[in-house]
Amino acid sequence: MAMNEQPIRSFDMVCEILDRYHKDSTKLIPILQDIQDQYSYLPEDIMTFVSTALGISSSTVYGVATFYAHFTLAPKGKHIIKVCDGTACHVKKSDLLLDVIEKELALDKNKKTTDDGLFTLETVACLGACGLAPVLVIDDKVHGLMTPETTLALIHQIKEAEKNEQN
Amino acid sequence: MNKIDLANHQKQFREVMEQYNARIVICGGTGCMANGAGEIIEAFHRILEEKGLKAAVAIAKEPADYYMVKSGCQGFCQMGPLVTIYPQEVLYVKVKECDVEEIIEKTLVGGEIIDRLLYRDEEDKGVSDMHHIPFYSKQKRTALKLCGFIDAEDIDEYIANGGYTSSENAVLSMTPEEVCQSMLESGLRGRGGGGFPTGKKWDLTRIQKSDIKYVICNGDEGDPGAFMDRCIMEGNPHSVIEGMIIAAKAIGGTEGYIYVRTEYPLAVERLKTALKHARENNILGKGIFGSSMDFDIHIMEGAGAFVCGEETALIASMEGRRGMPKPKPPFPAQNGLFGKPTVINNVETLASVPVILSMGPGKYATMGTAGSKGTKTFALTGNVAHTGLIEVPFGSTLREIVVDIGGGVIDNDGNNVGPDFKAVQIGGPSGGCLTQEHLDMPLDYETLTAIGAMVGSGGLVVMNQQTCMVQIARFFMQFTQNESCGKCVVCREGTRQMLNLLDDIIQGEATEDTLALLEELAHTVKIGSLCGLGKTAPNPILSTLRYFRKEYEDHVLRHHCPVGVCKAFLSYKVVSSLCKSCGLCAKKCPVNAISGEKGVPYVIDGERCIQCGACMDACKFHAVVLG
Repeated sequence: MAMNEQPIRSFDMVCEILDRYHKDSTKLIPILQDIQDQYSYLPEDIMTFVSTALGISSSTVYGVATFYAHFTLAPKGKHIIKVCDGTACHVKKSDLLLDVIEKELALDKNKKTTDDGLFTLETVACLGACGLAPVLVIDDKVHGLMTPETTLALIHQIKEAEKNEQN
Repeated sequence: MNKIDLANHQKQFREVMEQYNARIVICGGTGCMANGAGEIIEAFHRILEEKGLKAAVAIAKEPADYYMVKSGCQGFCQMGPLVTIYPQEVLYVKVKECDVEEIIEKTLVGGEIIDRLLYRDEEDKGVSDMHHIPFYSKQKRTALKLCGFIDAEDIDEYIANGGYTSSENAVLSMTPEEVCQSMLESGLRGRGGGGFPTGKKWDLTRIQKSDIKYVICNGDEGDPGAFMDRCIMEGNPHSVIEGMIIAAKAIGGTEGYIYVRTEYPLAVERLKTALKHARENNILGKGIFGSSMDFDIHIMEGAGAFVCGEETALIASMEGRRGMPKPKPPFPAQNGLFGKPTVINNVETLASVPVILSMGPGKYATMGTAGSKGTKTFALTGNVAHTGLIEVPFGSTLREIVVDIGGGVIDNDGNNVGPDFKAVQIGGPSGGCLTQEHLDMPLDYETLTAIGAMVGSGGLVVMNQQTCMVQIARFFMQFTQNESCGKCVVCREGTRQMLNLLDDIIQGEATEDTLALLEELAHTVKIGSLCGLGKTAPNPILSTLRYFRKEYEDHVLRHHCPVGVCKAFLSYKVVSSLCKSCGLCAKKCPVNAISGEKGVPYVIDGERCIQCGACMDACKFHAVVLG
């Protein structure tokens, strides 16, 4: 399924998640986390559904969803690249990694996901792997002591694998 | 449920362990895992099997020749992956998959030490006893003692090393007053940054009358450059649980929550496993340790907001709202989670509690300085030879930490320059910087506050002489500006304006008034903000201005970055000796600022240049440089 195509959605999954937390509005954050685990983002109609089910205003749900960095309102790419910009990584020049990825994938500060839906680029404050700075994480695998060259090599590797998969 | 017999548990464990010839501990911290520790573990199993030998793993403890443990972070991240063999206590560093066979043949079977895998000292001699490696010998691992030695996912290992005896003792034979008193005696202060005496906090919650009281463990470690709490939660989750049980006994707590940062999935997983095992052993749940006390703990994952490290914001987040702080008082001790009395402690604080009770509060208080007792973990990172996780008594000096334990400062060319750092940032975005004049100052809560820094949660980032301090101040301001929750105007608007002023300085657009304005604004935000985030946000600016004012003035008045980092003050030049006169740079230049002809090196006209860098990218001979 292409990234931007809206899936035909039923609310069964959401109902199950809501039941898991006994429709308790104080559990809004874990509820949204579980929903995002399912859909990879928070679709607008589902947020409205959740607010009705929990008996709180949709602006409250939207407020929480936009307050926390972990939540996203737009679909993400297939591969998620997180570049750590914690102090230790910053001191070890993590900005060079960011530059080279943005250039390679034609992304910038406002454009985080590639047009083909393959990559999403994020920066995180600190991954807690400072001993290996600079660090980046691709699809939950930590890569330490990175250079612009090794970063590019990693991305090329994924692109290559994707190409082979398509053929 | 049957009461757990800890002494018997310990005895049985010891008997089972006696059947194994050696204990192989492989560091499973994030650093070592990213460097291939997982492959090493597989290789051990595979090669042992090929040789007709076998290693048992935790939990099962089946008959085997060796016992293999994947531990939490051992701290020496720079030297990973780490493999330690007991009883010899020999530590192998930077182990690769291809070394495993040799380790099995020579060390495990032959009892011989492999010199090339040992840590090299200054004279390039291998150090076979890990206690003689300066990185470890200068530390005093207390809260971290079992972290990196035991298997985090095996409750038996924790119990065998004296775990849960402190909490059993507190639950069965101490009064809440006695527990609070012990904490006061030990001098333990909050390790999350505030430094409030733990015993006092507990006592304030204890005297509240309520049928429900909560114990919350604050594991929302968000400082960029700090990872102590993560290592404790991953490496010894039971110590955190035990600390929470003791806290519950002290305040009359009925329910516990651990609030963990969502960026720490492994910590969440390990804590869940630990909670499950504790419940199975009557350590959590109804009538714990056979007493009449009920206490259970739940996990709540954060959703990525630095401000939630502030306790009132954390409570808001746990109640399902935006994580915005509230004015204090009322303190959480009076009116906390869901309006009930609540005690909130940091991970490291809680992990220290069982250790204090087992060693005795009086003995704990002998470590450290007059006002700051005990030990503190630090995440040592940045331009330093041995990055990693360390624990030292309060009152240790920067020289001991950076030079003795950290092995010295590394410059941009990779040379070790000893203690010659430019600054050490302590306490992350809320802290301040220390300079070489503080090399021999004992570090504790009081001395650091006096010079405008703070212990914070314990991030120590070493910066070498090639670091631009204005850029560092900007980096921290960018972080706090992003993380400001937006509730109070001075913080929301003030951090943005401070960031803009720093940008002006870095981009060469600052005027003579900029520094004064920046300083005034920093003081305003410090005084006028509601919570700790805003109150401490200006610290990096104020402390860099205090120690590196000349560097700011160079940027503002002389349009010059002394270390050549700020791009606005640099110009592109052609190195004549490298230029092959191919003309590619001139062709690429969008403003025709480059001229030259065949046989003569090209020249860039600085007046016309817009510093786009196209020439540098185009040159195949690296003849275009920034300088």
